[in-house]
Amino acid sequence: MAGFISHRLMMLVLTLFVASLVVFWVLELLPGDAAQLLLGTEVQPDTLAAIRAQLGLDRPALLRYGDWIGGLLTGDLGDSLVYGIPIWDMVRDRLAVSLPLAVMAFTIATAIALPVGMVAAMQRGRLTDLILMGFAQIGLAVPNFWFGLLLILVFAVLNNWFNAGGFPGWQDDPVGSLKALFLPALALGVSEAAILSRMVRAAMLETLGEDYVRTARAKGLSISRVLFGHTLGNAMIPIATLMGLQFAFLVAGSVIVENVFYLPGIGQLLLKAIFERDLILVRDLVLMLSGFVIVLSFCVDIAYGFIDPRLRRTQ
Amino acid sequence: MAQNIGIKPVSGMARTLYRTMGLIIASGIMALALIGPASAKTGVVLAITLEPPHLDPTAGAPAAIDEVVYANLFEGLTRIDALGQVKPGLAERWVIEDDGLTYRFILRKGVTFHDGASLDSSDVKFSFDRAVAEGSENAQKGLFSAIETIETPDPQTVVIKLTRKEGLFLWNLGWGDAVIVDPASAETNKTNPVGTGPYKLDNWTRGDSIRLVRSSNYWGQKPAMDSVTFKIIADPSAQVTALLAGDVDVVPNIGAPESVAQFEADPRFVVTQGTTEGETLLAMNERRPLLQDVRVRKAIQHAIDRQALIDGAMFGFGTPIGSHFAPHNPAYTDLTEATPYDPEKAKDLLAQAGVAPGTKLVMKLPPPTYARRGGEIVAAQLKAVGFDVEQIPVDWGQWVSEVFKGDHDFDLTIVSHTEPLDIGIYARDDYYFGYDNPAFKTLMSKIDTVSDPAGRNTLYKEAQRMLADDAANAFLFQLAKVTVQRKDLKGLWQNAPIQANDMTGARWE
Repeated sequence: MAGFISHRLMMLVLTLFVASLVVFWVLELLPGDAAQLLLGTEVQPDTLAAIRAQLGLDRPALLRYGDWIGGLLTGDLGDSLVYGIPIWDMVRDRLAVSLPLAVMAFTIATAIALPVGMVAAMQRGRLTDLILMGFAQIGLAVPNFWFGLLLILVFAVLNNWFNAGGFPGWQDDPVGSLKALFLPALALGVSEAAILSRMVRAAMLETLGEDYVRTARAKGLSISRVLFGHTLGNAMIPIATLMGLQFAFLVAGSVIVENVFYLPGIGQLLLKAIFERDLILVRDLVLMLSGFVIVLSFCVDIAYGFIDPRLRRTQ
Repeated sequence: MAQNIGIKPVSGMARTLYRTMGLIIASGIMALALIGPASAKTGVVLAITLEPPHLDPTAGAPAAIDEVVYANLFEGLTRIDALGQVKPGLAERWVIEDDGLTYRFILRKGVTFHDGASLDSSDVKFSFDRAVAEGSENAQKGLFSAIETIETPDPQTVVIKLTRKEGLFLWNLGWGDAVIVDPASAETNKTNPVGTGPYKLDNWTRGDSIRLVRSSNYWGQKPAMDSVTFKIIADPSAQVTALLAGDVDVVPNIGAPESVAQFEADPRFVVTQGTTEGETLLAMNERRPLLQDVRVRKAIQHAIDRQALIDGAMFGFGTPIGSHFAPHNPAYTDLTEATPYDPEKAKDLLAQAGVAPGTKLVMKLPPPTYARRGGEIVAAQLKAVGFDVEQIPVDWGQWVSEVFKGDHDFDLTIVSHTEPLDIGIYARDDYYFGYDNPAFKTLMSKIDTVSDPAGRNTLYKEAQRMLADDAANAFLFQLAKVTVQRKDLKGLWQNAPIQANDMTGARWE
């Protein structure tokens, strides 16, 4: 296990290093710079030069790359070019929206998908299966932002039960913040549940067909004992893989839903940073998100070990 | 396979499942719906599209800064009102000496900054010196370029001497970039703005909203609203739902003109259409040999049906223009009839100029709706007279570095020039569209020396005609400011003489 983890950690460092090279040099090619966008078209050349120097944009790219990596190694993400405040402060505020949103959406997705997938598998070919998988198809076909708009129409416009969007902040209004995340989490969660439930059903069907399940039933075990004692565990490997991917998507990729609900999340920050050419912020965010995905898949790999004892031994 | 192994249909289980899930979701929604306070209307909530990077109007150009702080948080010596007139601000009155070069401003008494510091003439001198200093971040240093000296004979008096006559000097001092700041707080205004205005910063939840509250030590009339909250909503459809849900009271500049009909039909809302300073152009790169030919430029102007463009791209909001001037300005002259939509004439002109049908033009389109939607229609209209237009969508970063600066790598671009009274850009050397006409430059330098308004207006009219005759660019339409607001909200600006949301007069009725 120790060898497995250290091997994985080396991969993590290497991947992050390659990601840092790619994100730095690709963004170097992007036309436009933050100083010009901040100062507009009427700015006098000496002002522009002064601000570019102040932001360090006039330094050679190699030096700026060195500064950036050096800063990261000492735990300093740098200051945003546009906002002029420490990037960590901005990211922390945004994570306070995006992480709880992802956790809520993920919980909703799992809470719907696991039972739905299992029931559909057991009822395969019957009406219940047909209805459940029909809904799953619809869930797949309906984009999450459109579902979000529907939720806003029903729960914010027609019935004034929720705000249409926005985020009051955990410190000022914890309950309101929880409330603000509920509709977007539902919009995201239902779409993800549609994907996940189909996967759960397929994985369950596969294991339900195995010989040992028949043997277990033949020796008189109850349905639930077969289901929870034998089948589910074996079906969990592909399901866990997908869940890992989904969680990563929910943290980083919910930008459209964030827009619809005007939530100040990570996705929106990244999009805005790209348009404003706040390159330090873009680089930090991209690196952070790729690091997050790598760490998450690492966790999923470790989880395989718990799900499947055979993997534990061979590693 | 599942059926073969004897797992019987568990319909009871399925039923329980539906019921439980339905219950969980429904009770979640109900529980959350019941909490949350009902708000009493003593404040107002606006939706703005872009979040300002910081709140210091004397640093940087983003209009989003002025949209929050202008007149609300910061004030200048003069201010620009809803009709675009120059009004006294922190200067109670002023005298212009006979030479036209010396301005004597008398400051109001009893003005204090939000932190309690009092305002005197030294703050004015500090603010202007700071704006033009080397390394200053002021994006509009040009506003102060005529200033020779600033003297402060006593705490209430500021005497400014100019090097040359400048007809727009008082107007310039009304810009957000020329507000008066306090030396003690100037450096921290970006995150902790301290001004003299009727509102002060209460809370900035980054990415979500900026909240201003009434300042207790304001020198002037107390505003009616306790608080003003600017909610940042970038997505046009989210602006619509936020209005419908009652989360915001007004969207001063709605991004979704297609939704206006819906609000017009809704008795809770009022829609107003006002003017802006945004002349929207199909700018032509006159460095390109093809577009140096005035016949080709005229052909392009004649190929464009302005009303069809306004109807198609802007859902009817906008005023056709025939030159680079705002229709609400007293010096405006309507030249749309001089350059009408006439595709046959366009084809004739192109034939005379020897332009073969199918000639390629590259049109770069920045993100705003007027450009992206407008580009589709302009491309089709130019195709009808024989051009093959390639549309390239760009973001603002690209637009600035490829079109506005650098190699000026474009043939055509659609852009709105939102600076007030900016016809002078056609006199600049090496401006992005490359218009170069010595006669126009002479005319512009003449205007600066004329201080009598009637005389200036005559010259401005002449200038407009010159640009139309030269087809310096193809002039499309003046952007409209379309505001959707709660019906009982009064006292907002209908027009946008500058990009600001002056909330000092806002009230509920």
